[in-house]
Amino acid sequence: MTRIALRSLRKEYNGQVAVPNLDLDISNGEFFTLLGPSGCGKTTLLRMIAGFNSIEAGTISFDDIVINDRSPAARNIGMVFQSYALFPQMTAAKNVAFGLQTRNVDKAETTRRVTAALESVHMAHLKDRLPGEMSGGQQQRVALARALVIRPAMLLMDEPLSNLDAKLRVEMRDTIREAQREAGITTVYVTHDQEEAMAVSDRIAVMNLGVVQQVGSPAQIYRNPANRFVAEFIGKTNLIERELHHRNGATMLDLGDGVSVDVTSTIPSTITGRVQVSVRPEAVSAASEGLSAEVVAETFLGSHSQIRAQLSTGETVEFLEFSRRAALWERGEKVSLQLKTDMLTYFDAESGVSIMHGAQR
Amino acid sequence: MKASGGRYDGWTSVALALTGGYLLLVIWPLIMVLINSFAGGGEFSLAGFEKFFSSRLYYGTLINSVLVTVCVTVLALVVAFPLAYFMTMFRIQGNRTVQMLILASMMSPPFIGAYSWILLLGNNGMITKLIESVIGVKPPSIYGFAGIVLVLTLQLVPLIFTYLMGAWRTIDVALLEAAESMGITGWRRAVQVISPLLWPTVLAGSLLVFVRAFADFGTPMLIGQGFRTVPVLIYSSFVGEVSVDKSFAAAVSVIVIAVTLGVFLVQKYLVSRQNFSMTALRPIEPSRLPGWRGVAVHLYIYGFLTLALAPLIVVVVSSFRNTLYGQFVDGYSFENYLDSHRDILRYVGNTFGIGITALVILVIVAVLVAYLTVRRKGMLSGTLDTMTMVPYVVPGLVIGIALVTAFSQAPLILTGTFTIMVIALTIRRLPYSVRSTTALMYQLNPSIEEAAISLGASKFRTLVRIIVPALAPGILSGAILSWVTIITELSTTLFLYNTSTQTLSLGIYAEVIRGQLGTAAALSTMLLALTMLSLILLMRLPGGQRELRV
Repeated sequence: MTRIALRSLRKEYNGQVAVPNLDLDISNGEFFTLLGPSGCGKTTLLRMIAGFNSIEAGTISFDDIVINDRSPAARNIGMVFQSYALFPQMTAAKNVAFGLQTRNVDKAETTRRVTAALESVHMAHLKDRLPGEMSGGQQQRVALARALVIRPAMLLMDEPLSNLDAKLRVEMRDTIREAQREAGITTVYVTHDQEEAMAVSDRIAVMNLGVVQQVGSPAQIYRNPANRFVAEFIGKTNLIERELHHRNGATMLDLGDGVSVDVTSTIPSTITGRVQVSVRPEAVSAASEGLSAEVVAETFLGSHSQIRAQLSTGETVEFLEFSRRAALWERGEKVSLQLKTDMLTYFDAESGVSIMHGAQR
Repeated sequence: MKASGGRYDGWTSVALALTGGYLLLVIWPLIMVLINSFAGGGEFSLAGFEKFFSSRLYYGTLINSVLVTVCVTVLALVVAFPLAYFMTMFRIQGNRTVQMLILASMMSPPFIGAYSWILLLGNNGMITKLIESVIGVKPPSIYGFAGIVLVLTLQLVPLIFTYLMGAWRTIDVALLEAAESMGITGWRRAVQVISPLLWPTVLAGSLLVFVRAFADFGTPMLIGQGFRTVPVLIYSSFVGEVSVDKSFAAAVSVIVIAVTLGVFLVQKYLVSRQNFSMTALRPIEPSRLPGWRGVAVHLYIYGFLTLALAPLIVVVVSSFRNTLYGQFVDGYSFENYLDSHRDILRYVGNTFGIGITALVILVIVAVLVAYLTVRRKGMLSGTLDTMTMVPYVVPGLVIGIALVTAFSQAPLILTGTFTIMVIALTIRRLPYSVRSTTALMYQLNPSIEEAAISLGASKFRTLVRIIVPALAPGILSGAILSWVTIITELSTTLFLYNTSTQTLSLGIYAEVIRGQLGTAAALSTMLLALTMLSLILLMRLPGGQRELRV
């Protein structure tokens, strides 16, 4: 099991900076996810850890040993690729055995470990199939077994589920999580799907433009996003802009329609002026009083509806309601919205950085 | 740039070794030709070029060559376009067999075609005699311009045809339906909608036809008689029927390369201006064509097939005819095979020995160059890739001259050896092999290689255990195709062989020139049989049919 430490890491492609300067620590046995939109540098970073990309500056260490100059073959990694990358001419069993053969493991031991690895991903019955004869999900299971069977120091996974359909994705991510827990192996996982990241990760690093925006547990980054980018990228949110007021030593935020929130304990008193408020859909509910709004549209989704409403300031707020009403709201219908104030987060209107007490990077 | 070039490792050594070998065996000999062309009697002179352009006897061959080549290219296109159009649009009886036979006629050696047409329409040809005995008038001669154009056109139509068939498979039915919905159908649709889509393919195919027709030596040598083309001039001035003038031969070679290169560059420019790519979700389904039009279409296709296959049948039949002093006489037997069985065994032995050695080296070099170009992009592999393309624009005869020039003096005397034959055949085929292997390599997902490396395999082990086996089916069918072109190659090895390294195709040429028509027919039959067996093997391989282009 291995700790991974990245220090002042820099990556350039033909003079274009992809990752300017990055520090990150991944603990022993941790399921760590690099999450971000495409082009944010997450795959680049993973491939630097694997050794397939060069490092322009900084260091990568495994258990305090700098491995910058070690070839990928010598890093003892298990890698799972987006395209599965199974060897097309080899059966499932031979694919899994390949890494053991390069390590000169004897025959009996190889057979035993290959069988065990295929069983752990529920693929033992298809061990003689060629990759071309397997579905995407089956191929990815074999790829996972192939990566784990060599007992690598860490498991590196590059968008392993993005080529699968929605149902298989959910099934596979449970398999991956299970196999990882069983092996207790340090895992670095790359994805652009925030829901997938939340489901599997111990900790997530949200990345944008080669810079880590926030590192934390799924709940931390969802509940207390470090900036506007993270708030918008992780889950859905409504952003509204309001003014802070300091009255008699208390910091107040007027939401409008006579509703105001006491944020003295949340926002340091040194901060003044306009702020952005992030309102998660689950913090909004229709009530008998509150902010007055006008329904723009209600989309019926079965167990619940998605409602888009316009505040008197012109700002749009989206939220969900369980389908308990007999008829859907019409466009233009007047509603009152209540906000659950302890679920609100606040950002500087200019920079988008969190202004809350204890805000972390 | 750690894993993708730049860092010095085993692959850099491989690239350096290949580049070195290529510089020594291809570039240096060609530079020698260039130097010779400017060196009359040890000092710089333009005498060779002056001589060429001063007499109609010489520059006339260039006019002849261009005339033949343009005629052949245009005719081949005019014949091949309807052929491919009919085969794609309409249901043809025996479609698969027809396609296979057309391919077979393409892969047969061109000089056998020339020789066979002489047997049919030559001075003592079967048809000539038949017509003479029926109407009492000798028909016009097959020798010269008309004969060359006939033989080369029949030989090269299948080439453009296969190109067009390939391109047609990328046209989506929806495009045709869209045209139809706007009221454009039939021939108007073929001309206004389909032709522009096929234009890049037509250009590429025409270039290949042009280069082949321009560089072909066997056909004009056998059937041209007084009508001399540039390759024939190069040959005769190099081996010296009248007088040996190597610097003149070199000068003419340089002119030939210049013309081919010019055409090549113009084609590249034209293609680059029209760059689009298509993939058909729903390729064209052939429909049934009823009535007299259906009959006409069938007549056209089978008519062409008859013309294309006639020479091959004639050769096979002739090989069993009795001969007297090399000329055919009445009666059939195996005597052509039996009388010269010693020579035949020697030719066949050499064909296999030299051919297989060249093939093995060719496949290994092609895989290495393709790997370097695709996976290790850099200046060195870029140079290597460009260099391997050089023989594409250099006629085989010139490659032969270059090798003779470079390797017939100390310290490297290779002329007449097994080695030089292998080198010549490898060089000749390398551009095609490298290109087809590179295309295969591009299809292989780079992640597969990275997966092997992440599992602890070295780069060499990855190549041998993963990449080559994964590409094996494609490499194998490419190799069979190379094999066919190697055993039918004539012009490259013409200056390099001696009796101990004479192959089947060289044997045929020698026997025809010596007037031993019976032996030549027997050898041709054996070469054809070998070619057909190889093609049948290729067809049986999975995905082998796709390889039947080039």
